[in-house]
Amino acid sequence: MSRLLLIAFDESDLNSCGGFAAALGLPYDALLLSGSSAVGGEKIFQAGLAEIPTADTIAGLLAVFVHTYSHVAFVSSMRSKDLAARIAGILDAAMITDAIGIESPTTFLRPMVAGAVIATVDAEPPAFVTFRPSNFAAAELTAGTVVPMGMELAPRSQIVKASAKTAGRPDLSQAKIIVSGGKPLKDAATFESVLGGLADALGGAVGATRAAVDTGIAPNELQVGQTGKIVAPNLYIAAGISGSTQHMAGIKDSKVIVAINKDGDAPIFEVADIGIVADLFDVLPQLQAKLPGARS
Amino acid sequence: MRILIPIKRVVDPYAKVRALPSGEGLDTAGLKFEINPFDEIALEEAVRMKERGEATELLVITIGGSECEEQLRKALAIGADKAILVETSAPLDPSAVSTELAAWAKELQPDLILMGKQGTENDENQTGQRLAAKLDWPQATFASKIEKQSSGFQVTRETDLGEEVVAVAQPAVITVDLRLNEPRYIALPGIIKARSKPLERATPKTALTVKVKTRSYANPPARGAGIRVNSVDELVAAIAAKGVL
Ligand SMILES: Cc1cc2nc3c(=O)[nH]c(=O)nc-3n(C[C@H](O)[C@H](O)[C@H](O)COP(=O)(O)OP(=O)(O)OC[C@H]3O[C@@H](n4cnc5c(N)ncnc54)[C@H](O)[C@@H]3O)c2cc1C
Repeated sequence: MSRLLLIAFDESDLNSCGGFAAALGLPYDALLLSGSSAVGGEKIFQAGLAEIPTADTIAGLLAVFVHTYSHVAFVSSMRSKDLAARIAGILDAAMITDAIGIESPTTFLRPMVAGAVIATVDAEPPAFVTFRPSNFAAAELTAGTVVPMGMELAPRSQIVKASAKTAGRPDLSQAKIIVSGGKPLKDAATFESVLGGLADALGGAVGATRAAVDTGIAPNELQVGQTGKIVAPNLYIAAGISGSTQHMAGIKDSKVIVAINKDGDAPIFEVADIGIVADLFDVLPQLQAKLPGARS
Repeated sequence: MRILIPIKRVVDPYAKVRALPSGEGLDTAGLKFEINPFDEIALEEAVRMKERGEATELLVITIGGSECEEQLRKALAIGADKAILVETSAPLDPSAVSTELAAWAKELQPDLILMGKQGTENDENQTGQRLAAKLDWPQATFASKIEKQSSGFQVTRETDLGEEVVAVAQPAVITVDLRLNEPRYIALPGIIKARSKPLERATPKTALTVKVKTRSYANPPARGAGIRVNSVDELVAAIAAKGVL
């Protein structure tokens, strides 16, 4: 029997699942690892975990739980790839990473080589899928019956400490406006005041290139690109970013890309909708003062 | 401590790669091939562990055609002690590769498997986790720092929210992220000198059955050409005209 199970780490993760579930078109249930929700599928299994344990700790139990489903899907993220591939490995099942389209329940589209090529892949059920929500038209999840689910966990590896979710700026993968910067931002304080200032004025998020992360200018969770976050805002302002294929892989689905770069030959201009050859340290403060709707 | 480092041959990660017009594969004509950059970081970390006296033996392994010898020779030059080439021309996927690697791990009995978090060609990010599952070993993915402890490792992992520190017992599978280290540069003479190190050619131990088959490859639609503006006022007007604020 064909049936989808959505596995979500928390409610906001679950809220990004509607489009994929609608596009796949199979009856579905949801398993929510933490938090609670009245929507999610015919059955909404709630594990109620206070803290998400390591993938090797929970994968075994989940492998037993999911065996009646033809499809098991997760929103693409570092933690979902960590977990989904472990469960797929236990079950020796197919897995499709970063699905961006569905042709049929056994045929999916996914990007490869940093998004330079789109592959059409066939996978026989049971299939694990991580998908990028921004590539599926948003749809509501159906309301269902909440089923509490106990999990007896025997830890395989221990979390010693972890960064907590910070309140404040919107989440990069869901932000409508992103102000992003690269290596020329010099240091963490400059990055924060120049980019952070404009982002806050626009109610947006801040992003960075790997070069900025590597040099300690920006924290790693802000990295956008092939190996960082995939973003799809309405407006992506790239300041002092050369436009490497790896960075472009993460921003291609932005509606409008604005490039601010001193070098008129920088590859970022090949993909930008609006470009200006100028010094970002001149332009960004002026934008903050002049853009309609920006709070100063 | 014995470390097994699986590596993959990939097309130059800095090259502009396109699909063949026939849609049957990638157009790699005239492009260089390299060790997957994440695997090179894993190998560099293993070499540093050996230099610090934490590791005694470094084994690299790859599954693929005879052309992979080039990347294995480079791995030997970087500091691996022995290389294994599991020769096949069969199509591969993370399921087939992890199953084959698990069979080798059972024979070679490493204390640690260190590998890249993903290959830059397929960007799948599965093989390490699947291998750990098959071996029923603990896993620590996306490592940006690895510290050896008495009977395991303390690993700083990159996460969606920032960082997480986990303790894993050995044997374990650790997959590595870009920030872990900067691999050393090996000049050609170093690669030639490493020719005396052992490179074993072997046949696959498993059937190499794939679970995912790629039907076709295509180039994504290009973004339309944009406009250039000459002043901040024009920039403000152009952004406002897009209606995205
Ligand atoms: C396997 C792999 C994975 C990778 N993954 C990612 C990834 O996920 N994300 C990512 O971003 N990168 C990634 N990279 C790195 C990528 O290849 C580039 O090195 C990186 O994106 C470059 O960052 P940058 O644009 O900040 O720096 P640079 O390429 O150095 O560009 C800086 C730009 O700023 C401009 N500039 C300088 N000063 C000013 C000024 N005052 N005002 C305006 N413009 C100025 C310059 O003209 C230049 O174009 C990856 C690399 C590899 C090998």
